[in-house]
Amino acid sequence: MADAGPVIIVGASMGGLRTAEALRRASYAGPVTVIGEEPHAPYNRPPLSKDVLSTGVSHEAVAFPARAATADVEWMLGAPVVSADLGARTVTTNDGREHPWRALVIATGLRSRRLDFPAITGRHCVRTLDDAMALRDELVPGARVVVVGAGFIGCEVAATARKLGCEVAIVAPGAEPLIRSLGAQLGAELRRRHEAHGVTFHLGRTVSAMLGEFEFGGLQLDNGEIVLGDVLVEAIGSECNREWLDATDLDLSDGVLADSALRAVSTDGTAHHDVFVVGDVARFPNLLFDEVPRRVEHWNIPTDTGKRAGAVLGAWLARDGSFGEVVARGFTPMPAFWSNQFEVSVQAYGLPALNDGDIRTLQGDLSGAVAIGYYRADHLVGVVGLGLKAELLPYRQEIAAHAAGGLT
Amino acid sequence: MIKIEVNMELCQHYGQCVFEAPSLFSLNDADKLEYHAEADDSERDNVEAAVDVCPMQAIRIVE
Repeated sequence: MADAGPVIIVGASMGGLRTAEALRRASYAGPVTVIGEEPHAPYNRPPLSKDVLSTGVSHEAVAFPARAATADVEWMLGAPVVSADLGARTVTTNDGREHPWRALVIATGLRSRRLDFPAITGRHCVRTLDDAMALRDELVPGARVVVVGAGFIGCEVAATARKLGCEVAIVAPGAEPLIRSLGAQLGAELRRRHEAHGVTFHLGRTVSAMLGEFEFGGLQLDNGEIVLGDVLVEAIGSECNREWLDATDLDLSDGVLADSALRAVSTDGTAHHDVFVVGDVARFPNLLFDEVPRRVEHWNIPTDTGKRAGAVLGAWLARDGSFGEVVARGFTPMPAFWSNQFEVSVQAYGLPALNDGDIRTLQGDLSGAVAIGYYRADHLVGVVGLGLKAELLPYRQEIAAHAAGGLT
Repeated sequence: MIKIEVNMELCQHYGQCVFEAPSLFSLNDADKLEYHAEADDSERDNVEAAVDVCPMQAIRIVE
């Protein structure tokens, strides 16, 4: 009964939306149902740590525009899926209802990792629109904001809160902010720019206790130091929403493993022809770099994986002989991300973290606009720019043409 | 005919749209975005791809 039921996409964010659109673009005209935990139709997340906090933005302002081709897609919002049965071809929502499918798309993304402390007033994270709106109400001038974590979300929230007149402290275990993504050199420069705006840093520190019984009062660090605060922002990374797949045979060792056609892969290494994985939760090989499957938490990945999965699934459902050709097109998305912190725009292409220690200044210098190149086996695999935009595009093209070069 | 609108208040001239629809979007000598406000219906997939990749979500198809 392969044709019974709709294509069910679990996860109603950018990846799910782009998959539904790509199915229609691939001429699949059958039923599509998107089931999502959040109550909102798909929206763009990057403004959540910036505009939504600083100016106040509605769902309407960040929602992706609806397209005519997907007008007949059914959306079940506010409906968390709790389990899947790949043999019976069903998923079950938290109201106990079973939903049969002809093909399943896993697009459940990530959730914020949280500190292991009691739930009290004043603790925040920034993953969803509701998270951002709740935090926005607390970012009033003079409020003491303690941000734990110095990745992109942590640094962006710190900059936004400072601009709103809050006192901001960042606590993080690394020696510099953004050290994992950008390395120590760029991290140190971003720290200097934050410090010039009055953000204070507690680096190389972990949190040992939270102060406050009912309302957040501050943190005690591992060196005994106390950082007092009114608002806590936990920006310590994310966890994959994949528990609903625990009873399946899928490889869940880090997110959900997929092949380069984005078909879900079992622990025995076989790919499911009717189960696909897209977005932040997908661990897939990107032949732009090599054959190693990786999860990539960059903004463009839900869109690129959604389009790829929709095209492959659409060809498979069409049974028109195009499937082999579509799969053989290959999948080599260019990872890309953007960040704004105070007056600094940060932009990156590729996977800088793949560098083998060979990091070069490509143009400019650290005190102003600069492009840093990250090399593996003497081939550019990533570029990060501060204050540069179009100037980075030739490096993007170099990565696209040669990143996999030099590997045996 | 497809009508294209770019909110130039939002646009940061990142140039991602140029990769998706090079016949419609370009960066000029000053690295500023230039675009055609109208496109043939046959370009719809490319225009939608340009909308999708814009990190500022500044491009809109006027239906």
